[in-house]
Amino acid sequence: MAQSYGLIGALLLLILFNILFTPNFLTIQTIKINLIQVSTIIIVATGMTLVVATGGIDLSVGSLMAIAGTVAPLIFLNPALQSMNPTGLNVVAILVAILIAGLFGLFNGVLVTAFRIQPIIATLVLFIAGRGIAQVLTNGNLQTFNNPGFQYIGVGQPFGIPLQVILMLIIVAVVAWAMRVTVFGRYVLATGGNEAAARLAGVPVDRIKLAVYGISGLLAGVAGLIAIARNASSDANLVGLGIELDAIAAVAVGGTPLTGGRATVIGTMIGAMMIQLIRFTLLAKGVPEPVARVVTAAIILVSVYMQRQQS
Amino acid sequence: MAHTDPLLTMELISKVFPGVIALSNAHIQVGRGEVHGLIGQNGAGKSTLIKILTGAYRRDSGTIIFDGQPVDFSSPLQAQNNGVSTIYQEINLVPFRSAAENIFMGREPLRWGLIDWQRMNRQAEQTLEGMGVDIDVTQPLMTFNIAIQQMIAIARAISVESKLVVMDEPTSSLDDREVETLFNVIRQLKADGISVIFVSHRLGELYAICDRVTIMRDGQTVDDQPMHSISKLDLVAKMLGKTPGEVSRHQTGFDASQHQAQETVLEASDLRRGRVLHGASVSVRAGEIVGLAGLLGSGRTEVARAIFGADQVEQGTVSMDGEEVRFRSPTDAIRRGIGFCSEDRKAEGVIPYMSVRENLTLAALPTLSRAGIVSREQQQAIVERFIKRLAIKTSGPDQKIRELSGGNQQKVLLARWMCLNPRLLILDEPTRGIDVGAKGEIQSLINELADQGLGVLMISSELEELTEGSDRVVVLRDGQTVAELSDDAITETAIMTAMAQDADQQESGVQHGQA
Repeated sequence: MAQSYGLIGALLLLILFNILFTPNFLTIQTIKINLIQVSTIIIVATGMTLVVATGGIDLSVGSLMAIAGTVAPLIFLNPALQSMNPTGLNVVAILVAILIAGLFGLFNGVLVTAFRIQPIIATLVLFIAGRGIAQVLTNGNLQTFNNPGFQYIGVGQPFGIPLQVILMLIIVAVVAWAMRVTVFGRYVLATGGNEAAARLAGVPVDRIKLAVYGISGLLAGVAGLIAIARNASSDANLVGLGIELDAIAAVAVGGTPLTGGRATVIGTMIGAMMIQLIRFTLLAKGVPEPVARVVTAAIILVSVYMQRQQS
Repeated sequence: MAHTDPLLTMELISKVFPGVIALSNAHIQVGRGEVHGLIGQNGAGKSTLIKILTGAYRRDSGTIIFDGQPVDFSSPLQAQNNGVSTIYQEINLVPFRSAAENIFMGREPLRWGLIDWQRMNRQAEQTLEGMGVDIDVTQPLMTFNIAIQQMIAIARAISVESKLVVMDEPTSSLDDREVETLFNVIRQLKADGISVIFVSHRLGELYAICDRVTIMRDGQTVDDQPMHSISKLDLVAKMLGKTPGEVSRHQTGFDASQHQAQETVLEASDLRRGRVLHGASVSVRAGEIVGLAGLLGSGRTEVARAIFGADQVEQGTVSMDGEEVRFRSPTDAIRRGIGFCSEDRKAEGVIPYMSVRENLTLAALPTLSRAGIVSREQQQAIVERFIKRLAIKTSGPDQKIRELSGGNQQKVLLARWMCLNPRLLILDEPTRGIDVGAKGEIQSLINELADQGLGVLMISSELEELTEGSDRVVVLRDGQTVAELSDDAITETAIMTAMAQDADQQESGVQHGQA
């Protein structure tokens, strides 16, 4: 936790800087936009944190977002199912889409545990194939829809707060809590901290790995649905494109070492917010997008380096 | 013959690593065309000595005379260019390249600046044929079995026109027939006047192939003899630093009293697995400490892992409380009341970045939780109780375990099992690498646990730990139980005799209580 303080401090400094020097920063609109933009990344990065804590990595999250984003419209747009109660149909579409993403996550876990394939290669399989699967499902067509019930998860604002931000906060809170108090959380850290020792202490190492890849898949599914609900369309080519790297960056900046054995879920959230805010600040200051990317990368490097110095 | 003009003389070699004296005035002398055995326990300094010879480490002091010249190799490559080749236990070749490429890597025959493939393949074939190995040298290394890979490593070593080939436990992954092939190659080398340093823990192999032997212990050379003028018993005694027949005074934390052994808890019989276990049997009763003795590579750890479900055996049975069990994983064994402390605390014991609390309660978590949520109060109570009971020196339950000393880490790992109230505790070298004070504490703790009715199976390389701590001692050799000693028959000499026995004597079966 100690290393989170530095991170929180940096985030606060960044916010303060913007309050002072960015016109209209402290408006509801600006804050909402930033939170909305970052919440899918945070949801995916939360699952990634668990995978990384076991010493693995999940490159397939973006593709799994695309699969979930394809499956849901296939269900609620399906002519044969239109006789169903629209709310019920949306619920089925959401649950099935998330579940399928979770199953693909489990597939990653099976490759890693049963076949002993290195995580980066195992998840590369679906990173490559996942988008292909999503496109095959839709014959490569863009799916557009007008389904206010479903779109609520992307545009709804109960109490004036975007629903996806609420979802993100709940997910982060639940996972952070689980890591702290449950047997599962300790098993995840033990598996990543010393797999051989964990095995000899009775930790079901393979089941834990299956679980984290499964959870990562489920959360990618949630993020995929949020992404298409916001756009009122699903493009298998674009949903979640490149998000795996944003998520890994958030995990690294957040203070979870990629070697496994430690995890800070809250840190990941703050890390993602920092990256988001840095880019926002640079763009608001009129720095061109390509330059902003380079600067963001440099700041990631510095922040990871500083954490290494601390530990 | 060797003393007239030795090929290699290393004298007064010392090497200090931070906190450890690895070598202190060690020496070795190897004659021309001589097969020279090198033996010693873990940490005796064999590997360090070899690495200094081959330039992998720099010595702090001492001299090396090789082929009449003082030498000071700064890298294994330089050593190789000067005629010293090394074959390591783990084969360090390139799995995806062909056998021929591996043999000639770094010095491929060239023609007009390009690799002369024909010549390279032909020469590789010839070299291997000379060793009695007939393979397609254009196939990738990884398509061959371990023994052939080992032969390819040797072919590489001898094709550079070595004068000395160092083999570090070359037989550890070979079966009997493959060992025989290797020996033929060694005899061939010897006939060609090439010397060999042969590191092995298998006494039979040393006697079968070596002309002389150097024995090391605690970083020093303790003896250097013609192989056949030293008996196996003396060899083992020198290696362990004992004199056969010596009466040792009490020096461990165990008390001399025998425990009241009760009903049988564990009965493992005729365990067999691959090349490591060939019929190992051991039983443990409640309230009894059973010592498991044997030289390195005798299968002690493998027996422990097999009982604990960490490795699956091919044959043999394990019974707990009279009921046959088959553990598919350590989790099963733990549920049945077995705990296991590995000999390698760092690699298989501690979770370094977790706290003392989490390390101590890792195995007990299922019993400390409801619906998957850990009860912080119960966890804290157990941790505090054991920190106090075992006098674990820590700033508190939240301290990371990696910051503790070896002895205190070991106490935490013992507590990991004690808090489960197991029926049987398997301890693999429970006091290795632990300072003297903590060592005595841990030994008296083990004693106390047995007094309270726990069955203990204790693997140890230290004879006094076995003789003073055990109610019975089971001796393993080459993966097989070769003796079982109890009561007054447990002496250091008896254990060493059993460890050193000739292979042909064992056919008469397990010997009971021989002194």
